[in-house]
Amino acid sequence: MRHYLLRRLFQAVFVLWAAYTVSFGVLYLLPGDPATIMAAGGGDATTVTREQTDALRHQYGLDQPLAEQYATRLLHAVHGDLGRSVQSGVPVTHLLRQALPTTAQLAAGAMLLALVLGSAVALLGSSTRRRWLRQLLLSLPSLGVSAPTFWVGLVLVQLLSFHWRIFPAFGDEGFSALVLPAVTLALPAAALIAQVFAKSLRTALAEPYIQTALAKGASRRRVLFGHAVRNASIPPLTLVGIMAGNVLAGAVVVETVFARPGIGRETAAAVTAQDIPVVQGVVILGAVTFVLTSLAVDLVHPLLDPRIITTTRPAVAA
Amino acid sequence: MTGEPLLDIRDLRISYRTRAGTVPAVRGIGLSVLPGEVVALVGESGSGKSTVAHAVTGLLPRGGSVDAGSMTFAGADLARADESTLRGLRGRTIGLIPQDPMVSLNPVQRVGHQVAEPLIIHRLADRPAARRRAVELLQEAGLAEPAQVARQYPHELSGGMRQRVLIAIALAARPRLIVADEPTSALDVTVQRKILDHIGTLTRERGIAVLLITHDLGVAADRAHRVAVMSRGEIVETGPVRQVLDSPRHPYTRGLLAAVPGLGHPGAALRENGGAPRPRPVPAVTPLDDRDLSAVAGNPATASGDLVVAEDLVKEFSARRGERRTGRRAVDSVSLRIRRGETLALVGESGSGKSTTARMLVRLTDPTSGRVIFDGQDITHLDGGELRRLRRRMQVVHQSPYASLSPRMSIAEIVSEPLRAFRIGTRAERSRQATALLDQVRLPAALLGRRPAELSGGQRQRVAIARALALGPDLLVCDEPVSALDVSSQAQILDLLVDLQNDLGLGCLFISHDLAVVRQIASRVGVMHQGKLLETGPVEKVFASPFHAYTQELLAAVPGRSAR
Repeated sequence: MRHYLLRRLFQAVFVLWAAYTVSFGVLYLLPGDPATIMAAGGGDATTVTREQTDALRHQYGLDQPLAEQYATRLLHAVHGDLGRSVQSGVPVTHLLRQALPTTAQLAAGAMLLALVLGSAVALLGSSTRRRWLRQLLLSLPSLGVSAPTFWVGLVLVQLLSFHWRIFPAFGDEGFSALVLPAVTLALPAAALIAQVFAKSLRTALAEPYIQTALAKGASRRRVLFGHAVRNASIPPLTLVGIMAGNVLAGAVVVETVFARPGIGRETAAAVTAQDIPVVQGVVILGAVTFVLTSLAVDLVHPLLDPRIITTTRPAVAA
Repeated sequence: MTGEPLLDIRDLRISYRTRAGTVPAVRGIGLSVLPGEVVALVGESGSGKSTVAHAVTGLLPRGGSVDAGSMTFAGADLARADESTLRGLRGRTIGLIPQDPMVSLNPVQRVGHQVAEPLIIHRLADRPAARRRAVELLQEAGLAEPAQVARQYPHELSGGMRQRVLIAIALAARPRLIVADEPTSALDVTVQRKILDHIGTLTRERGIAVLLITHDLGVAADRAHRVAVMSRGEIVETGPVRQVLDSPRHPYTRGLLAAVPGLGHPGAALRENGGAPRPRPVPAVTPLDDRDLSAVAGNPATASGDLVVAEDLVKEFSARRGERRTGRRAVDSVSLRIRRGETLALVGESGSGKSTTARMLVRLTDPTSGRVIFDGQDITHLDGGELRRLRRRMQVVHQSPYASLSPRMSIAEIVSEPLRAFRIGTRAERSRQATALLDQVRLPAALLGRRPAELSGGQRQRVAIARALALGPDLLVCDEPVSALDVSSQAQILDLLVDLQNDLGLGCLFISHDLAVVRQIASRVGVMHQGKLLETGPVEKVFASPFHAYTQELLAAVPGRSAR
């Protein structure tokens, strides 16, 4: 177990370093002079004087050799200093910390909803004896996957906010403001979870050990929940780990559609203004989220399936 | 064992709905099992015997339905009982021992929990009591250290141990009838005997009736009071064991009996005496030097006749990273030789290292140490193009023709693939060659356009053999080539292999766990156990006077010896 943990931790650190390095490479090495872009602040670069760019270049250490820049910035990043926003001069970490809670609320709400909804559809669809209900439930996921996030968001706003006035369409005031964005973000994720879970449940229910359970006199419910669910839970769980990283990307669209403050909005703004330190900060935040959820998922796997970690060899004799 | 039957099946008809329409699987059978009686239902796959087992336990697969007839069990008709009645019987009065122990236990639950489950389902005990009882049941099923086993997960147990766990589950609620669906066909012969002995003892002591479903007449002969022979959904013959096996009345039963490769089967003996491999003219070979010969001393063969020589082959599988233990020795200093035109059989249980040895001989696995000499050339360290050229001369026929043929290729493509790989001939020549190859394995050319799924198991294995022969190899490695097939297909494939050996003068390494099969096909046999080659010698000699204690045990464990 300790070995497994250490290896996972090492992998996590490596992923973070790789994310930092790649984003550094992309953002600092691409054509276009960062200092000019910064000085223009998203505006027209022709109005920038040479003195201004030189001053900026010096201030941000851009006149140093690239390797040195990389080393200093990485060192700072390790100590939790991701630099300052070019636009506002506020430290990037501060900016992210401010925007994080609303996005975290949104993401957590969406993932929870996706899990509950997705599992419910998969379980009901796999256990019902009514053929039409099974067909209906199991065709929902493909529909959900193919519907684009922004479109779902717009439809929801149109119906539930403008037409029926149940939930507010904008802002971040209280729980009711969370509902629509969370649902929008959750639907495609729920569809994916339902699809994968239903498939793995179908596989598990066809396994011979299910036959053994039935031969013991177990009821359908006991077979489904007592035997199939746990065996079928690893693929959807792995999917959840992967999707948690994607929720940030989804947040960019959803927060824009619903005019909600948060990481998504910050990202959109930073990209428009070419605020390199903030963009890199967001990339690293995404990597951290991804690494943490993957780590959590990896740690849950052996709890669900003992074969993943126990290394005891099968005994020889009967 | 007289009086009212416990299970009385009358005119039972079962069919499956498929896309191609309704397919009858069981066509009006009658069968009864008295209390405490062991009845064997024998037949090949597709005969409908497993369908009967499923119907009795009320677990017909999707699409299967009982169309007519009755199955009276202890006064209730199972064919008409509703789901909750069946649920009350399953695991309570009818126990099931399933076919494949490797996949029949829930992999994520502890063994003890799974054994206790029937007691909890049928409210025969509360949880703590059921847990205690589970340990006792595991002990009764013959597991040493039952308390420890109860805490383990299935993957930590061997196949035999898992089957014992399944026996404990089936016996947990003290049923009156046990349906054993090929309970040991996935196990090694020595384990098989212990398991069958144990099922026999437990059911006899408790007066439990057994419906034993098997394709193995030997097993039926040893274990059952009465035998029913099933073919194409009908029971063609039924009666006391001795009567059916000694004087079978139905031609199908006679055919089935004749197809069983017996240890002392007259047909097999005849073939061995009369049909000794005729060596075909062989190209001159470089003789081995003396050192090579001394390394494999103890065999009177001449150097020029040796096709493959293995010297002190060792294969160690490294332990997982982070484990302190050193690796496992799968093959431990095995030295053997195969002469041109000769068939050497390797026998042993699964895990004894016979497949690994074969894989090293044909360089599919690299040995940890030792040498392989093929046709006078040391091939142990060949790689790249040289190794690829060598592949032309050694081919493998694998165990399962269901897994070894690509389902998306036509038979013509499969058979001519080796030719394409070595760019031999034009397209037209290759297609002619494919026809010739099919002819060689006695398949009609009409099959060339078909896909493997449209062929039977026996036909598929012929295709696999044709593919192996495509390049005209000198060495053919057959890794359990008939163990996935029915007895009658088995007999046909074995006949084909014997004829091919005689016609082509192939050197052949034949791996099998079935001693009777070995007797029919090989001239020499090597017995492997725990990675070591215990003894080698001419088949008759090894079988008649086994030198090693393990060989004696192996021979004694073959089912059906008492019947013949």
